[in-house]
Amino acid sequence: MTRFWTRLIVVLTAILGLNYVSWRWTASLNWDAWWISVPLVLAETYSLIDVMLFGMTVWKLKLRKGAPEAPHDATVDVFITTYNEPLDMVLATARAAQRIRHPHSTWILDDGARPELKTLAEQHGLGYVTRGEDWTDRPRHAKAGNLNNALMVTHGEFLLILDADQVPEPDILEKTVGYFNNRRVALVQTPQYFNNVPADDPLGSQAPLFYGPIQQGKDGWNAAFFCGSNAILRREALMQLGLVGYVKETEKSIRRALAASRSAIRHARKSADRESPLIARVLDEVEAATLEAQRQMDDGGPLGEITYRVRRRVDQAVQALVMADVSALQADLEEIAAMELAHVGEAGVPVVADDAVKRMSARDWSPLGALESVQAVLDALSVERNDEAQPVMPLATISVTEDMATAMRMHAMGWESVYHHEILAYGLAPEDLKTMLTQRLRWAQGTIQVMLRENPLVQRGLKLGQRLMYFATMWTYLSGYAAVIYFAAPIIYLLLGILPVASLSTDFFIRFVPFMIVNQLLFAVAGRGISTWRGQQYSLALFPTWIKACSTAARNVWFGRPLGFAVTPKARQSGGPSWSLIRPQIVVAVLLAAAAVVGLVRLAAGLAEPLGTLINVAWVIFDLAVMSVLLRAVRYKGFESVVESKPQERKSGGV
Amino acid sequence: MEFSYEIKDSYAEVKANGRLNMVSAPKLREFVTDVIAGGSSRIVVNLENTAFMDSSGLGALIGCLKAARQAGGDLRIAAVQPQVKMVLELTSMDRVLTSYASAEEAFSHD
Repeated sequence: MTRFWTRLIVVLTAILGLNYVSWRWTASLNWDAWWISVPLVLAETYSLIDVMLFGMTVWKLKLRKGAPEAPHDATVDVFITTYNEPLDMVLATARAAQRIRHPHSTWILDDGARPELKTLAEQHGLGYVTRGEDWTDRPRHAKAGNLNNALMVTHGEFLLILDADQVPEPDILEKTVGYFNNRRVALVQTPQYFNNVPADDPLGSQAPLFYGPIQQGKDGWNAAFFCGSNAILRREALMQLGLVGYVKETEKSIRRALAASRSAIRHARKSADRESPLIARVLDEVEAATLEAQRQMDDGGPLGEITYRVRRRVDQAVQALVMADVSALQADLEEIAAMELAHVGEAGVPVVADDAVKRMSARDWSPLGALESVQAVLDALSVERNDEAQPVMPLATISVTEDMATAMRMHAMGWESVYHHEILAYGLAPEDLKTMLTQRLRWAQGTIQVMLRENPLVQRGLKLGQRLMYFATMWTYLSGYAAVIYFAAPIIYLLLGILPVASLSTDFFIRFVPFMIVNQLLFAVAGRGISTWRGQQYSLALFPTWIKACSTAARNVWFGRPLGFAVTPKARQSGGPSWSLIRPQIVVAVLLAAAAVVGLVRLAAGLAEPLGTLINVAWVIFDLAVMSVLLRAVRYKGFESVVESKPQERKSGGV
Repeated sequence: MEFSYEIKDSYAEVKANGRLNMVSAPKLREFVTDVIAGGSSRIVVNLENTAFMDSSGLGALIGCLKAARQAGGDLRIAAVQPQVKMVLELTSMDRVLTSYASAEEAFSHD
């Protein structure tokens, strides 16, 4: 029944929303004030697309009945990822993981390589993994790298991934592993729930809408995605992903190298001594080798063979070059000996041994090293992926949120995912605003990185519904720009009397009001009693974070600038309220309040319309109510548990 | 690669700064030939700032030795860095070219 009503409201929202926004575009714009009216209508269009994507998500809401029984012989590795979390926290999680009932082995993946933790792990019979030497001076890829490293030294068929603070229930595997009886399932995600959050959730830590209707809706489209923790993954799917990625990356880098080779050789010819026939000859040989490789690439030849042939051909040319150097040198020595034998020594003219020639031809001492750009091309013509610690990287490394990127690639390869709506692990949320902001920034940056690097709308292998489901999550992170406009519009009206809408007539109200009503109704019905207000507040109030995430991620993807990435600290940051963290919001709030006062004064003085003023003052009050959450957040002193904080009964949705 | 020279009391000191490789080797040969043509046949190649040498660089050095000997002088090397020392030992050229600790020492005994 709920499903019927949800779908009915989705349809109504779409019809009324399209009706309103198309009227806004075609008949209501105040062109005299285009600089605010066009941004506002764009922001409204953004919001309409957002709500329609939400409607599409809940359209297919999937309420699962629970997993079939897990086969007892399924082998599972439990990975607890840690970097700098307190040792007792990591150990508590690991000890709880040991108590999981389904047969498994438990591993601590310590990216901090702490000897104390290693000792503790040994004492408690826990596996302990750190990065090997291969990772020195190579990209570490944060958590994705940590997991990829561990995948190479373990062998369970399935992997339960837990953040250091996520204490699992003993039945977490019994409840989930059975889903993998379906051979196409690669991922089972369970909710992330936090114990240290008071009922009013001042930092918006719990995400009941996301770990609820949104993931359930995505599940209906086979697009529920991996959220980094409290999830079980199929090793085979991950390894397949790693191998496909390896081949793709290698082919890409070889093609790139071949494309660059022509100009590298041309430059080398120009810059090198033109008189030197040796250089010219070697360059000819390199060119011939790369052209042949290009031909073989175009014919779809095997990469291993192609790169091996190039290397052999160039090696031979280099060896010939060294031999030529050496024989010239030998000839010189003989002439010198003929001139003045005594100086050369009693043993006669020294002869350069064959293995010396070989050594002098090796990559690090090769004369070809003089032509750096050419050497770089040749180095890239390889299948070893020397720039990475391990050639096969199962978890995606294109984003700081490796989880979503990995899930999307799995879906693109035809794997299926499951969202199991039952809390099976209890974690710790940030307890102060600063840490919370760092965490949100990181999620947003990661999501935007994926959008810019592997836009779901154009990924081959994804179904249309899956594309839109991934895109919907990315789209919500663009809300910072819309928020700025929603704050600016009432300020501009109340201070200057400029209305972005041509007129506040009946035409406006009969279109706008019904849309707003069904819009709110949709959240109420789809959320089935969940409070979504906190989420709505934060999606607007954190506008500076969202904007910063978009700009830093874009700079990172397009210009290779660093993100300024930080690991979210799990321990509370000390100190008093840090108002400076929300300076932009304070400025906006003051402007809003001042604008409301000015607007009312203008109304009293007969300078402003009563209706316009009233609507805009109401708008200001709404904006201030939205941002009021930050007042609580900034003063929040952390969680104080009154009783044992674990709920007596598990929160459970559909299952 | 940068070359420079300085006429000292009894010899000319040639400094080779950078990597003595396939590209720069012919230039060293040319440079030293010019110095010899200018009248100095006792040459010290100061390798203090030569971090790297390949087979072409080595060949050039021997070529310069030959030119110096033909002009009735000699060529010596000084202040050899680790990689260059390895190359000299590997090819047993250290039996032909003794490396002196400094340019001043190279001709100090004759």
